Amino acid sequence: MAMTPYVRTRMLEQKPPPVTSVGPAGWMRRNLFAGPVNSAMTVVTLGVVALLLSHLLPWVFLSVWNADSLAECRQIIDETWGTEHSGACWAVVRERFLQLVYGFYPWDFLWRPNLTFVLMLVALAPVLFTGLPRRMLVFSVLYPFLGAWLLWGGPVWTPLLALAGFGVAALGWRLGGRVNAILAVALAVLLPLLWWILVMGPLGRGLSALLPLGLEPVESNKFGGFMVSVVIGMSAITLSLPLGILLALGRQTDLFIVRSFSVAFIEFIRGVPLITLLFVASTLLNYFMPPGTNFDLIVRVIIMATLFSAAYIAEVVRGGLAALPKGQYEAADSLGLDYWQAQRLIIMPQALKIAIPGIVSTFIGLFKDTTLVSIIGILDPIGLSNAIRADSAWNGIYWELFAFIGFVFFLFCFSMSRYSMYLERKLNTGHR
Amino acid sequence: MATVSEPPQGGFRLSQLIYDTRYRSMTIQIVTLIGVLSLIYWLGANVAYNLAALGKPIDFTFLWAPANYDINQMLIKYDSQDSHARAALVGLLNTLLVAVLGCVLATVVGVIVGVLRLSSNWLVARVMTVYVEAFRNVPVLLWIVLAMAILIEALPQPRDFRGDDPAASMLFDAVAFTNRGIYLPEPLFTRSLGEVPFFGIFDISLDLLALLAVLAAGMLAVRAIGRRAERIQNATGDRPTTWYLSLGVIALPVLVLLALLGFHLGYPELKGFNFAGGIYLRNSFIALWLALSLYTAAFIAEIVRGGIIAISKGQSEAAAALGLRPNRTMRLVILPQALRVIIPPLISQYLNLTKNSSLAIGVGYMDLTGTLMGTSLNLSGRELECVMLTMLIYLAISLVISGVFNLYNQRVKLKER
Repeated sequence: MAMTPYVRTRMLEQKPPPVTSVGPAGWMRRNLFAGPVNSAMTVVTLGVVALLLSHLLPWVFLSVWNADSLAECRQIIDETWGTEHSGACWAVVRERFLQLVYGFYPWDFLWRPNLTFVLMLVALAPVLFTGLPRRMLVFSVLYPFLGAWLLWGGPVWTPLLALAGFGVAALGWRLGGRVNAILAVALAVLLPLLWWILVMGPLGRGLSALLPLGLEPVESNKFGGFMVSVVIGMSAITLSLPLGILLALGRQTDLFIVRSFSVAFIEFIRGVPLITLLFVASTLLNYFMPPGTNFDLIVRVIIMATLFSAAYIAEVVRGGLAALPKGQYEAADSLGLDYWQAQRLIIMPQALKIAIPGIVSTFIGLFKDTTLVSIIGILDPIGLSNAIRADSAWNGIYWELFAFIGFVFFLFCFSMSRYSMYLERKLNTGHR
Repeated sequence: MATVSEPPQGGFRLSQLIYDTRYRSMTIQIVTLIGVLSLIYWLGANVAYNLAALGKPIDFTFLWAPANYDINQMLIKYDSQDSHARAALVGLLNTLLVAVLGCVLATVVGVIVGVLRLSSNWLVARVMTVYVEAFRNVPVLLWIVLAMAILIEALPQPRDFRGDDPAASMLFDAVAFTNRGIYLPEPLFTRSLGEVPFFGIFDISLDLLALLAVLAAGMLAVRAIGRRAERIQNATGDRPTTWYLSLGVIALPVLVLLALLGFHLGYPELKGFNFAGGIYLRNSFIALWLALSLYTAAFIAEIVRGGIIAISKGQSEAAAALGLRPNRTMRLVILPQALRVIIPPLISQYLNLTKNSSLAIGVGYMDLTGTLMGTSLNLSGRELECVMLTMLIYLAISLVISGVFNLYNQRVKLKER
């Protein structure tokens, strides 16, 4: 009799995985309690986090929003939660909110910074998001003149005539181009300079005498708070990108003299702290200017911050340029493109794409560094926090102001870094 | 048949300067040179004119005049009758002190946080992410003033240590945390060797030199022991246990020397309204040090994390295949390779920390900015000289740091043949 070996003819039903490896229990076991060391780390971290939160959360939330002074705040806290509790006095943020945002900007004209800010978002939108109509870029180009005029005020002719300088440059280019190229370049550079230096002032005064259109001028020393940070940060960011790209190209070129100047400039700026440059802006710049020139402290700071950040941008862009394979340059040459065409169409789009994370982190750094202006006496948020503390009603208030300022900076910088990640993902054409 | 195009005939035309590639680069360079030189000349002429109008030509002799101000933290002897130059040197040493200690602490914290961010432990990784994002996205000046405020507001005043039932007490009766700073025990020697002057600039303690010499000798001995162990391992396959020998040659001579010198600790004591004796770490120094270190550590953590991620997964899999445990994989396989990616950005973080130390002015720590570009500038009224000198010194520090680390980078770089 033949033996029939036992052979299973039907697959068994799959068993459910053990309860300890699925669901929340499994997740916790894998991610929090995998082994004794891991478990110990989890427990210790939990303890530290719980300790921090148990102090922080009551302070943040069992707090006072309506009071006129720190003493009143403390009194309300004592009455509501007992004397042991130490809650935050957010009333200072509420009471001084306008000051923290606008500094001492005349309160009647607050619509001007507000409008400037909204228009800034409009101007930035087509630059940041390529899905929007390209025609909006025209507004972005005009915006700096409009924004500066709205903030500082003065006759409407100043920004218009400053803009007209570019028209003069185009005119010079056309006229000179009829004769030869050298004259075209020379006229395109010299004519607008003459226009801005010599013609603009008298012409502007004449026009405003004829037709006094304009806004009430506001002095720079009235600017303060986050407005100053945004104005300095945004201007320096916008101006430093083209300058930084030029410097990076200057550092890469074969032209010895151009390269030496670029290297010297970049290394000098990167070698000194920003605060020394701000000291130059606040104390020395008058020495370097012809006697009698006296231009605005905030403009001086913007110039210095621009130079500072341009040197860093230049290094970041240089990294992007160096990361491009040599074949790209050769391909551009073989297509018969000249230097600027090759840069514009082939090299820069790729190099800048590689450099985006670095560029954005330079911008974030610059925006954070705008707080340094408090040291040279501009009332940025940190400078204002000292000023508010000097008021007898709010004497001794530290944490609430620092927390608020830190929170706002965090929002700005964190969203910038998230945007850069979005951009990196969007532009990533690699196949990985 | 080869055709050679004729070189262009005819005389030189002016437009060739722009259109002819043979001349164009020369044209551009000469125009740049003229432009930059005239800019420099214009600035220089303005400076000369303005200074002449003010009646104070550029003059560095003020550096040797008495400074007439006190500095609250000094590593070398200084009093208000010393010169501005010496005050600047004191400030420079304070800058270097906070920069070096800051770099060390930032590296330690940064590497730990960077590695922990990649931990398989969900909670630890998240907490580290929160730390990194919080510190990276808030200005360093805010962290510095916040650290200062915490030290001033949260720590007890020296007078709280007084009385029979004091509100605050010292840690182990040796360390006092007060809102003016931290007092630590100081090392003292009853049979001290004294000090020798170093080029008349500052004095070096001979005790310290002797200790360093003994330590260096111990290190050499440890290396010799290691080489011997290597030889024995190569010959027999067994590596002899050497750790107690190494410990002995390092620790014993040091202990003997300390005993010979009569080493003891001087504890800080409460005298009147303040502590006396011991090492006094100012709160401005501690605030600056901690804030700079923790801020830079967040950046270093990201660099370390990036470096580790950049090492291909194959490397850790290969290490696992060899049977290495995770922490040995990290130590022996991943980190040495990641180091090559990490070092160049790490150098620039060190440079940033050094430059950011100039924010000391925000908390009144007397570094180079506080002395030369702060009080000296205000007292002497020599803005141009002070600011220029300060910039040059910072520039020199930056160039030295980047030079040294680039040299190191060259050495650890992968040798490609």
